[in-house]
Amino acid sequence: MNITINGKVCEAVEGQTILDVAKANGFNIPTLCHLAGLTPTGACRICVVEIEGMRNLVASCASPATEGMVVRTDSERVLSARRFIVELLVSCHPLDCMTCEKTGDCTLQNLAYELGVTSSKMEGEKYNYPVDSSNPFIMRDYNKCILCQKCVRVCNEIQGIEAIKTTNRGFDTKVATAYDTTLQDSNCVFCGQCVQVCPVGALTEMKSKGLGRAWETKKVRTTCPYCGVGCQLELHVKGEQIVKIMAVEDASPNKGRLCVKGRFGYDFIYSEERLTTPLIRENGTFREASWDEALDLVAAKFKQIIAESGPDAIAGVSCARSINEDSYQMQKLFRAVIGTNNIDHCART
Amino acid sequence: MTNSFGEFADAKMFLCIGTNMTEAHPVASTFLKNALRKGAKLIVVDPRKQPLADLADIYCQIKVGSDIAFLNGLMNVIITENLYDKDFVENRCDNFEAFKAKIMEYPAEKAAEISGVDAGKIREVAHLLAAVKPAMLCYTLGITEHTTGKDNVMSTANLQLLLGNMGMPSAGVNPLRGQNNVQGACDMGALPNVFPGYQKVIDPAMTEKFAKAWNVAKLPDKNGIMMPQMMEGLVDKKIRAFYVFGENLANTEPDIRKVEHELSSAEFLVCQDIFPTETTRFAHVVFPAAAWSEDDGTFSSSERRVNRVRKVKTPPGEAKPNWWIFKELAKRMGHEWASNSGREIWDNEISILAPALGGIKYSRIEEDGLQWPCPNTEHPGTAFLHRDGVFTHGKGIFNPVDWKPPAEVPDKEYPFVLSTGRRLFHYHTRTQTGRSGLNFLMSEETADISADDAQRLGIGPDEYVKVRSRRGEVKVRARITPQVPPGMVWMSFHFRDGSANWLTNAVYDPNTLTAEYKACAVTVEKL
Repeated sequence: MNITINGKVCEAVEGQTILDVAKANGFNIPTLCHLAGLTPTGACRICVVEIEGMRNLVASCASPATEGMVVRTDSERVLSARRFIVELLVSCHPLDCMTCEKTGDCTLQNLAYELGVTSSKMEGEKYNYPVDSSNPFIMRDYNKCILCQKCVRVCNEIQGIEAIKTTNRGFDTKVATAYDTTLQDSNCVFCGQCVQVCPVGALTEMKSKGLGRAWETKKVRTTCPYCGVGCQLELHVKGEQIVKIMAVEDASPNKGRLCVKGRFGYDFIYSEERLTTPLIRENGTFREASWDEALDLVAAKFKQIIAESGPDAIAGVSCARSINEDSYQMQKLFRAVIGTNNIDHCART
Repeated sequence: MTNSFGEFADAKMFLCIGTNMTEAHPVASTFLKNALRKGAKLIVVDPRKQPLADLADIYCQIKVGSDIAFLNGLMNVIITENLYDKDFVENRCDNFEAFKAKIMEYPAEKAAEISGVDAGKIREVAHLLAAVKPAMLCYTLGITEHTTGKDNVMSTANLQLLLGNMGMPSAGVNPLRGQNNVQGACDMGALPNVFPGYQKVIDPAMTEKFAKAWNVAKLPDKNGIMMPQMMEGLVDKKIRAFYVFGENLANTEPDIRKVEHELSSAEFLVCQDIFPTETTRFAHVVFPAAAWSEDDGTFSSSERRVNRVRKVKTPPGEAKPNWWIFKELAKRMGHEWASNSGREIWDNEISILAPALGGIKYSRIEEDGLQWPCPNTEHPGTAFLHRDGVFTHGKGIFNPVDWKPPAEVPDKEYPFVLSTGRRLFHYHTRTQTGRSGLNFLMSEETADISADDAQRLGIGPDEYVKVRSRRGEVKVRARITPQVPPGMVWMSFHFRDGSANWLTNAVYDPNTLTAEYKACAVTVEKL
């Protein structure tokens, strides 16, 4: 079928929403509560568009495209509705963008900027929730929450953990664990998926605090160093410092998901306890040595043992955490240089 | 894995046996949960009522080490009630008659007696499995870490052949591998019997091929020895030098006292690692290595997918990439190797020498990785193996296997069975997670016991207990949990203090030499 968006005839298939078709054709419609792959809620209304012949604006994330539909995503009526929504959101939002961890990567901040919202005409009640920084991973500042409920939906529908839900009603609506405990006292598993989807500064990574702004970091794709699933990570790096880790959206196999170890278990590489120099045992203790000295010692000892007892008197185990290329080199060293097949690793455990 | 994680979300049925997926492979379990939301069925078979069991349509709490009896009993029902895939068995499999004869020795009632799962429930599982096709069978170390590990694996394969659940999406036999690159280390030939790409070292054509590629006159042509044999060799001096790369054997291997005796007996021990560990204490030379994110390379995941790993920082101090260390040693022993980066090693050596990896080049895996077999650079990779029931040997082969009890079973003196595994918040011996703040979420080991046993022994929540086996003893807090049945203790090996490996039994599957981490006998005493 065909629909027309801002005068352009766009191809659409059964089951696509207006938002899907618009995105596929390069039209930018802002969203706050939308989560690809989950049933739309149409809660935030920021994605409203105007449809010819319809009295009200509709939420494009929740409206299926139908044959012949004529859509405007950028009419003054649409923009003014969006401006009104942002003004409502901003009316109770702490406008502390200067010090907020999310600055530069905040959907609300970007929308306010794009729509020219500098303050709200609707002065009203503000939230006064305590900020929860009681665990080393996830900082929760519900004063900044816009109640899009993305965190609730990923926790329940994607990760299947069901640690958080909304409590109370109206202005007092709040995202909380059962009995409103800290995360560590709930059934939260600290996968941090809620942080990954939060469009504002309500949920941020504790470890990232002060390490770098969104525009200062380069994004490097890599593979998680923990279990065998092989999740794809996006490292946000400033200089040589990993500021935070996000899951790569739409990548195989993890499709934008991570667990606690993959998302938060990375800073061991910066530990002060790292081995930084070759060590040689002497009189029962280790002393530092140069690479030349240590390598020469090992090579000489191996050659001596091969000469005296044959190559099968040497054995080695490779590492199931290091890269393929390292294991390849080690087995090549054992087979082609030392001359033994005594090479193994923890393959069967 | 014969199949892929991408197939989880669309699966209609899972049989999970011996896999603690929500803790050991959390992201994989989210796709399983998504499938359940869409109506997929889940059967969980595990001695411990771990979180996956709470999601199951049928949960079978088998006794530790009774897997084969349970599976044979299940297959007995499937065969006697004619619930199996006759077309697949007749046309795509061999050795059915001998297999069937063995299975007939395991009526459901006998399986029930051994496994502790009642016969009615075994029949219920058989009926559910036969009603939904295909089913994905997933397992982890609950299957392999037994003295009957290899036979346990065979048994899971027998079941999937019998049901015709092979060679199609959302089916197959799927061992979820515990470590990021344990698949890759196998693929690379860090095994005593195969070169990279599973080409046998006893095949003269292969030794000739690799000798030529590596520019050497000859290569050793008999299988080498496996890890436990290497370590025992340190004591009887058959092994004079032992090179340990990135393994903390002093904590990970069963019976720590035995392991440390072996390591301390080494004439010459070389350790290559990123941290000082309990194992490097015994070293004569320690090489400091580059860690994850300090070098460019690849990992191969459980689903045979070769993924890129990228460098974002320089290694600290004098630490060097591991491949460089091996290359430098080779040079000092008279061999000049040309490749000088991960990319050169992969593109110019590995992908040339291993046929299944032939089509995988760094230029093709900048974004999503490729799944082997991927024989040429036009090949899109392989999401699932044995398409249309075509197996490596032509047909799928049924392997009749018998149940045997674990090597050490509870008795009067040691009345509990100890089983071990991994917990969500830590990874192995915590060299990584212990330095990433995760101790906040779990700061010490516990002995997980049932409320019944706790009450009987007068043990309160979080009170210290002594857990003792014939090998050693530990003092840990008791965690009283409904996950564990009476008569069982469950522990991990993440913490040196209170590690299960002070207690575990260093007995092995005769073929694979995998240790029986999942079963030994212990006693629990209130302190």
